[in-house]
Amino acid sequence: MEKHLLEVFNLIGVLLVILIPFLTAKKMGIAVLTAISLQVLLAFILVYRIFSFGFSEFSYSGSFTTGEIPIRFDYLSAWFIMLISFTFLTGTWYGVQYMKKYKDQTSNLALHSIALTLAYTSLINICVVQNALVFLVVWEIMALSSFTIIIFEHYKKDTLKAGINFLIQSHISILLLTIGFIYAKVKTGSYDFALLTNFTTLHPSVGLVLFMLFFTGFAIKSGFVPFHTWLPLAHPAAPAHISGIMSGVIIKIGIFGILRMLTFIKTDFTVIGYFVLLVSIISGLYGVMLAIVQHNLKRLLAYHSIENIGIIGIGIGLGCLGIGTSQQWLIAAGFGGALLHTLNHSLFKSLLFYSTGNIYQLAHTVNIESLGGLIKRIPRSSYLFLVGSLAICGLPPFNGFVSEFFIYSGLFKGIQSSNFLFILVMLFSILALVLIGGLALICFTKAFGIVFLGTNRSHLPDDLADEKPLSVFPLTLIAFFILLIGIFPMLFSSMLLNITNLFQYDLSTLQAANMEETFDNLTAIGLYSLGFMVLTALMLYIRHRVTNRLVSQKDITWGCGYVGDNQKMQYTASSFIRTYRKLVEPILLIKKEKKLAVGMYPGIIEQITHPYDKIERAFIDKPIYYFKRFLNRFVFLQNGNIQSYILYGFIFLTTVFLLPLIIAKIFVVINFLNQL
Amino acid sequence: MVSFLLIILASFVFIGVVVRTKSIASGRKGPGVMQPMKDIIRLWRKGAVYSKTSSFIFQMAPTIYLASILLAIAMIPHGKLPGIISFDGDFVMFAYILAFGKFWMIISALDTGSSFEGMGASREALYSMLVEPAFFIIMGSFALFTGYTSFYDIFSTLNYGPYISYLIGLLATFVLVLIAMIENSRMPVDDPKTHLELTMIHEVMILDNSGFDLGNIFYATSLKFSMYGALIANLFLGAVPLPISIPSFFIIQFVFAVAVGILESFMARFRMSHNPQFIFILTSVSLLIFFGVLLVLGKFI
Repeated sequence: MEKHLLEVFNLIGVLLVILIPFLTAKKMGIAVLTAISLQVLLAFILVYRIFSFGFSEFSYSGSFTTGEIPIRFDYLSAWFIMLISFTFLTGTWYGVQYMKKYKDQTSNLALHSIALTLAYTSLINICVVQNALVFLVVWEIMALSSFTIIIFEHYKKDTLKAGINFLIQSHISILLLTIGFIYAKVKTGSYDFALLTNFTTLHPSVGLVLFMLFFTGFAIKSGFVPFHTWLPLAHPAAPAHISGIMSGVIIKIGIFGILRMLTFIKTDFTVIGYFVLLVSIISGLYGVMLAIVQHNLKRLLAYHSIENIGIIGIGIGLGCLGIGTSQQWLIAAGFGGALLHTLNHSLFKSLLFYSTGNIYQLAHTVNIESLGGLIKRIPRSSYLFLVGSLAICGLPPFNGFVSEFFIYSGLFKGIQSSNFLFILVMLFSILALVLIGGLALICFTKAFGIVFLGTNRSHLPDDLADEKPLSVFPLTLIAFFILLIGIFPMLFSSMLLNITNLFQYDLSTLQAANMEETFDNLTAIGLYSLGFMVLTALMLYIRHRVTNRLVSQKDITWGCGYVGDNQKMQYTASSFIRTYRKLVEPILLIKKEKKLAVGMYPGIIEQITHPYDKIERAFIDKPIYYFKRFLNRFVFLQNGNIQSYILYGFIFLTTVFLLPLIIAKIFVVINFLNQL
Repeated sequence: MVSFLLIILASFVFIGVVVRTKSIASGRKGPGVMQPMKDIIRLWRKGAVYSKTSSFIFQMAPTIYLASILLAIAMIPHGKLPGIISFDGDFVMFAYILAFGKFWMIISALDTGSSFEGMGASREALYSMLVEPAFFIIMGSFALFTGYTSFYDIFSTLNYGPYISYLIGLLATFVLVLIAMIENSRMPVDDPKTHLELTMIHEVMILDNSGFDLGNIFYATSLKFSMYGALIANLFLGAVPLPISIPSFFIIQFVFAVAVGILESFMARFRMSHNPQFIFILTSVSLLIFFGVLLVLGKFI
């Protein structure tokens, strides 16, 4: 059954890709939406079947090169299929109306639609294919198609630059994965993932190196610091629905890869745990610290993805420590929290990106400093952005809180260990998580407060389009699920329990009581979140009743007696974060351009800040600079002379042919010398 | 339930005691202890002026802020009686619920489009971010010390422990008092009685609030004070029977209020730019508590 489902799923994708070039722009939207909805439906049936009937696997015979191709459906893949499908459903839905204004660019749209379909189909296949070679091929399809969907506006230089940056970095990731998989193939004699288990059980230290290799590869995809530099470039360049999909699920496939490898590789999990925790804490803190100083809303959200990947990573690290020290509580809380946060982040981040898309369609800019007062122009998008902001800050009653609470409860349990190092690590993880939460609060009060509240900070174009109710429908759907998970987290508890069981191999049967306690707490926070909502609603009702009887009037904002136009006097995003910026300036890299007031009649004074990434400078810009300087010495080779190029080709070919001969001769000489 | 009612009761007079202490310290007779509460009740009955710039967020925020504090209070136990809400890890929800209210207050300040209120909002956001770690480390230390992760379990077992726990409790009291001062924007960090918008934090955020909403905000401050007072009281109450614990609860609240009053009378406000450093000190003190706990438990290497 699963086999047929997957085959029909892929078939729909392929048929759509063939069909798209023959359609007009309008029909294309309908076709893509229908086909992807159908695919999503199939994917959900698949997920339902896996969660209710358990694992299932089958295999294709494959070819001489690939060997047998096993396709395995387990709970982990089902979980990721679920969240990828949902985000693609809302993304396509939103995208169809978002792309309406580009309807003249038919061929460009066709390419975009093809790439989108391919990206979705390949992402789902990545979740189930367990043959290393085929996995890499599908991974490559995914990387190339995501590159294509990012560069939709390829006629803009910045977009193309960001896209190429993404392309290069994802290929570095593929390179690392290839090395890892080929090494594994050489050692195990097969591309099948399952054989990794036996091999690494016998050689734990090799397993550790192998895991680090895979982790680095997947970390580039998911955007752990210091491999995050492509994220803040690619997200603003892509169209809104693609940013949402990319931040929601494409970077999550890296998390999937890490988790997938964790289910196969068996090695010293304590070391892995400490390592992943360290990387994640740095990612989380660094991501949010940089997010706050951004002025471009999409860049801000991109940095926030890095932060959330950090939170997910803290969960994964905690789970690994749990396996390493055989503490089931930590496994459940760590992996459960990480998985749930993966789902949650895909929901609220796509919601935030889509509503940012609505802002862009209205104001044609996403520069926070020039926006303001949008809550009166696009109220629906504003409410949805507010829901997303509250959720991403991890505040109850929304879903972000549930997953963060999960991880917190694991950390607070872990703190009661007897190992000093372990306790310290737990403490600092708690500290990091708290700081991340606090910083996210600053960041999203800034983003929401400056963009949607107050009054316009610059002139918006006059041809303002009002938002259509239909255009916010997918967003409302996401918001509904955000609230649903926040209030009824226990809906997912059995699923999460099943998945976390995948990670605890050598531990015998599950201590059900322990787990139930964890999930009882989930029920509790859901219930109390609901209680909080009821309480708030009740108090707002009381307020409504009381204030209805009282007089109320409207007047201008208090300005110490100044009654003129105060549009330019409002607090701006830069001034809102000034105190914070002063505090963290030594850590971050913020270039300031300042024009001071000089002379008797000073001119216009201004101050511009350009936040830049210190890690990007150290890890990307500096090496590229030196690399370029080195390569520049050989620039004389590229002289534009066709004869020279033919000569190079000739030299190359001769070398290739002669090299074995020369080596053979050298061996002869060495043998001769040895005989002397 | 008991603790909820007690905190509500204490909140009626808390600010009154603070104000009275301050006036006695400055040589005045001062208003009665019920006066601030009477002011709040009067505000609740007054009409309001709203800014033209503001949206529904501005009108909703104070009520949500109050609701968040009420829910947080419901989690606090009293001696051997658990709070209305009690589960493992409830203090995480406690902190996050309070943050939820704060989020709304901050955006409501930005909602007015004022040139002042953003300033207060910005400071409030930063300081509450800086103060949060201290609270979590204290709770982490207690979780480590007692082996439990809910307010009720922690506080009820803390007091069965050795006498050293009282020493830790004392340090924790110091940190909690200062957290309360910062969260309520009181003296060493902020001066509620200043009349210059540029130097205020909390007061400047609520410049445009009036009537019922302002009453809510003022009452939320009293509630927050007595909430932290109740947390402090819980450090020492232990499992004593109610006839003893209820009077001692009020005595501790009273001492706390007097301490706040004295602190406000004899301390000058810090320079704004020095506040972050000051708040970081709390985190280091709470780290001291943490290492103290580790030493006591013999887990320190």
